[in-house]
Amino acid sequence: MLKQIEGSRAVAEAVAMCRPEVICAYPITPQTHIVEALSAMVKKGDLNAEFLNVESEFAALSVAIGASATGARAYTATASQGLLYMSEAVYNAAGLGLPIVMTVANRAIGAPINIWNDHSDAMSQRDAGWLQLYAETNQEALDLHIQAFKIAELLSVPVMVCMDGFLLTHASERADIPDPGQVDAFLPRYDPRQVLDPAEPVSIGAMVGPEAFTEVRYLAYERMQRALQVIPAIAAEFDAEFGRSSGGLVRPYRTDDAEIVVIALGSVLGTVKDTVDELRASGLPVGALGITTYRPFPAQAIREAINGANYQLVVLERALAPGTGGIVTADLRLALAGRHDLDIFTVVAGLGGRAVTSKSLRALLIKAAADELEPFTFLDLDTGLVEAELARMHATRRSGPTPENILRDLGITASRIG
Amino acid sequence: MFQVRFHGRGGQGVVTAAELLAEAAFSEGRHAQAFPSFGSERMGAPVMSFCRIDDRPIRTHEPVTEPDALIIQDPTLLHQAELLAGLGREGYLLINSARSFDELGLDEFVTGYHRDRLLVVPASALALTHLGRPLPGAPLLGGFAALTGMVGLDSVVAAINGKFSGPVADGNAEAARAAFDFVADERKALTDA
Repeated sequence: MLKQIEGSRAVAEAVAMCRPEVICAYPITPQTHIVEALSAMVKKGDLNAEFLNVESEFAALSVAIGASATGARAYTATASQGLLYMSEAVYNAAGLGLPIVMTVANRAIGAPINIWNDHSDAMSQRDAGWLQLYAETNQEALDLHIQAFKIAELLSVPVMVCMDGFLLTHASERADIPDPGQVDAFLPRYDPRQVLDPAEPVSIGAMVGPEAFTEVRYLAYERMQRALQVIPAIAAEFDAEFGRSSGGLVRPYRTDDAEIVVIALGSVLGTVKDTVDELRASGLPVGALGITTYRPFPAQAIREAINGANYQLVVLERALAPGTGGIVTADLRLALAGRHDLDIFTVVAGLGGRAVTSKSLRALLIKAAADELEPFTFLDLDTGLVEAELARMHATRRSGPTPENILRDLGITASRIG
Repeated sequence: MFQVRFHGRGGQGVVTAAELLAEAAFSEGRHAQAFPSFGSERMGAPVMSFCRIDDRPIRTHEPVTEPDALIIQDPTLLHQAELLAGLGREGYLLINSARSFDELGLDEFVTGYHRDRLLVVPASALALTHLGRPLPGAPLLGGFAALTGMVGLDSVVAAINGKFSGPVADGNAEAARAAFDFVADERKALTDA
């Protein structure tokens, strides 16, 4: 049924239709509306699940791990520092092979503290052994959650569904909310590969020494390789059941005869596609490639999508890796090793809620077309602010805290557009 | 695509107003997107929200910098330099105030626009009368319907009834109707003049 609905609410409805048996959560902006809505459904009796208010994010995921080990379908959600706080448990959930689904409402990581959107949080956990799916729209966010439970349980691997904080979680948009019966038909009951059951006692979480640790880790690698087959297969099944194309590995947009391809994850792809259409109309051969599945990294699918010669690839990085630069770029270079005809550009964009505008993207791509783009740049960097702080640091040892200095320069007020 | 930016203060229902407008447009079969400005949500602090309306899916997620319409829920924000920024010459402006543009110091600003697209409506006063609380969101949406014709009054009222219930819904709906009539009369006077 079509509804005009807030992204968080749409995701909560999708999660509820997946019939999780245990939901545990600790509130953190911008994830809170999702678990708030779920808790209201449980309280009202619309959703038959255990809802646990826990004392921290570490506890939230630990409870999910315990629940999943007893054979329950478990769900939680977090963001930013919350994800970092549960980091040890994030690795454990994957190492134990427990198919937990967790929403990450993507938000920057402090310091400086910042509640707004970028991908620093999820990117920091990219190699914890979870699958990572990135939603482009609210519709895809809700669809990905339904797919995530199925993928997770097929593979016995936990899945993070990443959706941009505020941009998606707090945006009211049109979404097609599936019929619960359809979701039941698509998502079978959870049949655990391992389960803590008093009738058939086992232990889960044994200590493994050098004699077998490598083999256990190899099998984690192998499972991820298998995920590259399972994810598109589930997306195809979803399409057959619900009549919508959502999920999968990558999504090319007007790449066929493109010379410049923008590569990005998440909701920025909407703005990118609008920009691509505008530039196409003025004769610039631009396209876009959305990476929906970031872990495992879909190297083969990307190689197939980047099939023409002499592309310029412009990678929008929604997180910064200080000391190296672009996180997605590094994966991409590995996937495209040997393709010496490609020029790859890293553009750090949209950190801590800085709006990525079509105006800035247009200017960026026109620059790329004119061969004037540097290999590594920050989109819309206010160099004046940076220079002023560098000058202060140069002038005196006791130059003070940088964020506070910069805010003072800006004479910051609460009302800002973009 | 038609883009609206709302300005108000935390607690005035700025985000709710944008959501109600999106709901009203959706009920007319259109695509709509509403979202807040993501500031620090403090009571009384300046807050923005946005609403886009289109006949096809809306893909962009950037803030509205060049609105087709501005709705100012709190005229005490008018001193902010950027408040009216980006409003094109064909744009619409609706301010919650009992004062005239002259009294608000906007007499120069309004020249150069279509004069019947810029109006003030005493939304807080209408809300106080019909709802008992000076929450200007619903009457401003009623006024917006009359000013722009982008959504029908019935759709606005339906959105209000979908969000609220009982006396709160009734009061908001009444205030929206009153503001619709007020703006329709003002526009007629300006057009006839």
